[in-house]
Amino acid sequence: MTAILELREVHRTHGKGEAAVHALRGVTIDVQAGELVAVMGPSGSGKSTLLNLAGGLDSPDSGEVLVEGRPLSSLSRKELAGLRRHSVGYVFQALNLVPSLTAAENVALPLELDGVSARKARPLAEAALAEVELSGYADRFPDEMSGGQQQRVAIARALVGQRRLVLADEPTGALDSQTGEAVLRLLRARVDAGAAAVLVTHEARHAGWADRVIFLRDGVIVDTSGPLARPEQLLEATA
Amino acid sequence: MSIRHGLLALLERGPRYGYQLRAEFEDSTGATWPLNIGQVYTTLNRLERDGLVHPLPENDGGQRPYEITDTGRTELALWFATPIARADRPRDELAIKLALALTTPGVDVAAVVQTQRTATMRALQEYTRLKRADADLPWRLVLDAMIFQSEAELRWLDHCETALVRFRPAPPAPLPVRDETPSTTRETQG
Ligand SMILES: Nc1ncnc2c1ncn2[C@@H]1O[C@H](COP(=O)(O)OP(=O)(O)OP(=O)(O)O)[C@@H](O)[C@H]1O
Ligand SMILES: [Mg+2]
Repeated sequence: MTAILELREVHRTHGKGEAAVHALRGVTIDVQAGELVAVMGPSGSGKSTLLNLAGGLDSPDSGEVLVEGRPLSSLSRKELAGLRRHSVGYVFQALNLVPSLTAAENVALPLELDGVSARKARPLAEAALAEVELSGYADRFPDEMSGGQQQRVAIARALVGQRRLVLADEPTGALDSQTGEAVLRLLRARVDAGAAAVLVTHEARHAGWADRVIFLRDGVIVDTSGPLARPEQLLEATA
Repeated sequence: MSIRHGLLALLERGPRYGYQLRAEFEDSTGATWPLNIGQVYTTLNRLERDGLVHPLPENDGGQRPYEITDTGRTELALWFATPIARADRPRDELAIKLALALTTPGVDVAAVVQTQRTATMRALQEYTRLKRADADLPWRLVLDAMIFQSEAELRWLDHCETALVRFRPAPPAPLPVRDETPSTTRETQG
């Protein structure tokens, strides 16, 4: 088995001196191909910090982050940017859609930055929009869409192309329960097809789709909920 | 829910004998509630005693089907129309456990909360996995019910934990002594 994502003894402190916040304190995680890992924890426990490190948007003070076996600290800025564009799909807590681009252009952006021509990127973007049930919305601008629709554009942007690692920070925040579940189904299908994903969520119902749930608290992993040894006992228990 | 009402609901679809009832009961609850055939017959006997069902002649295979009576139908309609009382659910053992943990010296309440949280999360993951695997609607709704219940429990655990951060057990109150000065009395009131 190859870990698509590995964090080894990662520490990260934000700010300096009096105001310093030790956001992650020695976190070790690995996520394999075909695995969906959810991260839960109170506000401020370090979830977004963890995801930013995993996506190479931020670097640890100590410890190592590896994506597809490559230590991010060993990559040049250019290599890191390349890896982020073609291997990592990111759904931010703040959606980060470009307001001056249409839905399809937003979704196509990472492909085009990666050198795919606009003509080739367009159908891929439309397919990704269809996956999140936004077929008719390709030419709308973000401010012409509802919060939940914008959220789905952000998800399409993270899934477009064949990204091996999908990182999603509260991707279901503005979605009703049916749409939220559809997004989880989609994420799950990607993972079952061989991707690895980390999902930060406050919704236990959505974390339920994960193979493992990691509980973070004050920058430390306090517990992990893996698969049950004897799932049938659950059903016996309700008798 | 009682097995009584479950069997009445099945008999409302037409006469059935014991083994059929057991199989259909398990089908409609997605095997979340396994019954043994003894429970089915005991329940049928009580239903017959109460006039809610009545037995038909044995068939060629020697099985005796039962039929729902009008009284049975009224009872069934009433059951569907009556919400289930919260108090009928045995769920509150957890609440009692946490309340006791909070006031029992030497208990790490945060650990009690986290242990429960992981166990409930694990169950929720398993219900979700079953739901993913199976598309049959009645069974999916049963699973959804369990998923929403687990979710509510997890939310309540989060709530308890937040409350815990603010909670400091009061120091044991000094026994009231009649001749105390007024200043001490004020303190215990504050
Ligand atoms: N750029 C920054 N400068 C200073 N402190 C920061 C910065 N980013 C995060 N922090 C602090 O680090 C801690 C962890 O933040 P993080 O964003 O990872 O939390 P989170 O678990 O994602 O919370 P939420 O659920 O609210 O999104 C918090 O205490 C936060 O205030
Ligand atoms: Mg966050």
